[in-house]
Amino acid sequence: MSDVAIRVEHLYKQYRLGQVSTGTLSHDLNRWWHQIRGKEDPYEKVTVLNERTEKGSNDYVWAIQDINFEIKKGEAVGIIGRNGAGKSTLLKILSKVTGPSKGKIKINGRIASLLEVGTGFHPELTGRENIFLNGAILGMSKHEIKSKFDEIVAFSGVEKYIDTPVKRYSSGMYVRLAFAVAAHLEPEILIVDEVLAVGDAEFQKKCLGKMQDVSKNDGRTILFVSHNMAAVSALCKKGILLRQGALQSFGNMDVVVNEYQKIDFVNKLTNDIKLKTVEGSAYISKAWITTNSQDSQLIDISFAIYIHFNVCCNEDDQLLNLSFTLISASGQTVFNSLSSSFISKKGTTTLTCNIPDNLLNNGLYSVTIVLAKDRSIPLQTIHEVLVFEVMDKRENESWFGDISHHLIRPKLVWSEPTMI
Amino acid sequence: MHLFNYTIRPLNNKENITQWTEVIEPKRSLFDVNIKEIWHYRDLILLFVRRDFVSQYKQTILGPIWLFIQPLFTTVTFLFVFNKIAKISTDGINPTLFYLSGITMWNYFADCLTKTSNTFLSNAGVFGKVYFPRLVTPISIVISSLIKLSIQLLLLASVYLFFFSTGEQTFSINATIVLLPIYLLIMAVLGFGIGIILSSLTTKYRDLSYLLTFGVQLLMYATPVIYPLNSTAGRLRKIIELNPTTSIIENFRYSVFSQGEFRLEGMIYAALFSLGIVFIGILFFNQVEKSFMDTV
Repeated sequence: MSDVAIRVEHLYKQYRLGQVSTGTLSHDLNRWWHQIRGKEDPYEKVTVLNERTEKGSNDYVWAIQDINFEIKKGEAVGIIGRNGAGKSTLLKILSKVTGPSKGKIKINGRIASLLEVGTGFHPELTGRENIFLNGAILGMSKHEIKSKFDEIVAFSGVEKYIDTPVKRYSSGMYVRLAFAVAAHLEPEILIVDEVLAVGDAEFQKKCLGKMQDVSKNDGRTILFVSHNMAAVSALCKKGILLRQGALQSFGNMDVVVNEYQKIDFVNKLTNDIKLKTVEGSAYISKAWITTNSQDSQLIDISFAIYIHFNVCCNEDDQLLNLSFTLISASGQTVFNSLSSSFISKKGTTTLTCNIPDNLLNNGLYSVTIVLAKDRSIPLQTIHEVLVFEVMDKRENESWFGDISHHLIRPKLVWSEPTMI
Repeated sequence: MHLFNYTIRPLNNKENITQWTEVIEPKRSLFDVNIKEIWHYRDLILLFVRRDFVSQYKQTILGPIWLFIQPLFTTVTFLFVFNKIAKISTDGINPTLFYLSGITMWNYFADCLTKTSNTFLSNAGVFGKVYFPRLVTPISIVISSLIKLSIQLLLLASVYLFFFSTGEQTFSINATIVLLPIYLLIMAVLGFGIGIILSSLTTKYRDLSYLLTFGVQLLMYATPVIYPLNSTAGRLRKIIELNPTTSIIENFRYSVFSQGEFRLEGMIYAALFSLGIVFIGILFFNQVEKSFMDTV
């Protein structure tokens, strides 16, 4: 018996963009006509690489392109990548929700996928009835569910409401119950999409713990997609990085996470951006960063950072607000800062925000800015307009502690040590 | 940039023999139904049936009584319009029983057809998130319609007994009633077959769902529900005989009321027709099953 759980061979998935209505019949007939003559799919050639931000002239894209990998039994593998990199498509193909366009996946073992918690829950049915229904949808037999029923209810913590229709549940209870069913599946291979983004912190911890338990103690194979780098790193030893539908790297999780943060960010590393003129009463025309350090992309932790914005006004006497959000490379929001409102005349106004020294931790950060009018109407939102890296050179301390997974590392005031 | 370039080891012969539990491929053979897999999901079929039943009448005052109201009101309407006003013959059968029996059988077919034709569209949410054999859904629909039908057959039986007790209808069920399961099976298979063809096509071409709603209504008039077959003649009769449900409804009335004729060839025709339809249906369904999430 081989020790391979999943083997993906030259996997491709093609999607059609835009409306699937006009021209569908003609494309179908054309495709079919080529097929019966044994010719290639006429729309395959015109399929382009999946690049979300650029509007291509083509109707067809590869959501997944020539992906190959092999997962051994008992491995926990994290799949990461930016939005639209093909993570969900890959999971969908693996869980047989949609078929591949080309290539093969070979699977060894019973597979169960959790692309969503509570699939098939019917609002009118009670918690009890839904446990059975959901369990059966996920592939359990009635007998199996019955034998685990008490465990499921205990895990969910909604004993009291088990005979109440789930439409009366709070969203938290709903998710708890749904995850409880899923957690008690016993497949050899478990595929999990970002279902952990729901529920309260305590429950998320419980879910992660359960998954860790499943992979480490029961030796089952897990594939896990998430944007939460901390969760992925904690759970998975190996990682797959997807980029524009292709496999960018596969191997040790830490290395893959690192590469993800670097590549997708460094590509955009900019500290000075001139923006396009936008129609409307006011817009942000320029944004840039300065520091006392020479290299303003790689900023030493001990330097203050100045973020400058130019706002261009087309009309007189407008009440404007500027705010920006600082986002870490793992996608977590570090903070949001709002300027005081100002009344602007026609022309360009400049504003500066100062991020104090010794506040941010090591790592890459991006800035998303929002310009608003009359304290309520957003005029312009620009995502990841600036990207910079903060670096700790660790020059004057001998011990640094664990600095890896924190968003900020402010320098706080400590008292002189005194004997008591 | 491939930091960890991953290459696949060439398969040696020994590994070739390795039994994969499953291989996911783009295409599969045209007519491939994994009966074993569907059997594995039999609990799900029953739970779906239960769900349909429990959820349908939640928060209604009359609950399952609606199952009686619908055929009764339709019968009363038909009685008024077609019997009293249009004076269409009912072949010597008590008109109420004539209409009620036709409606009961026709409704089963129409129910199977319209509900299964919605399989992909109305379950897109679930189908997009989890895999189970998609045929489970239409199968469960046919079964829950069957339960509905058996309740309505009880209604027919009680109305029959009522008219028997008042002497307006003789008690004339004959031996061919043992064929009732076969009538139902043919109706179910036919409705199921057409239903899954339509459900497969509507994932891309929504137009068909509009056609369906009035198509079923119109088709009823091409079926001897409100008139007996022997009141038609000539070319018209030929056309109506082409409709496979015609013989089933006629034979059902014959079995229950011993009126009209028993049409054996008609029934064989209907059986073959429904087998053909279900064959084509599964062909379509298999094609769409794998890729419908991309087009729906």
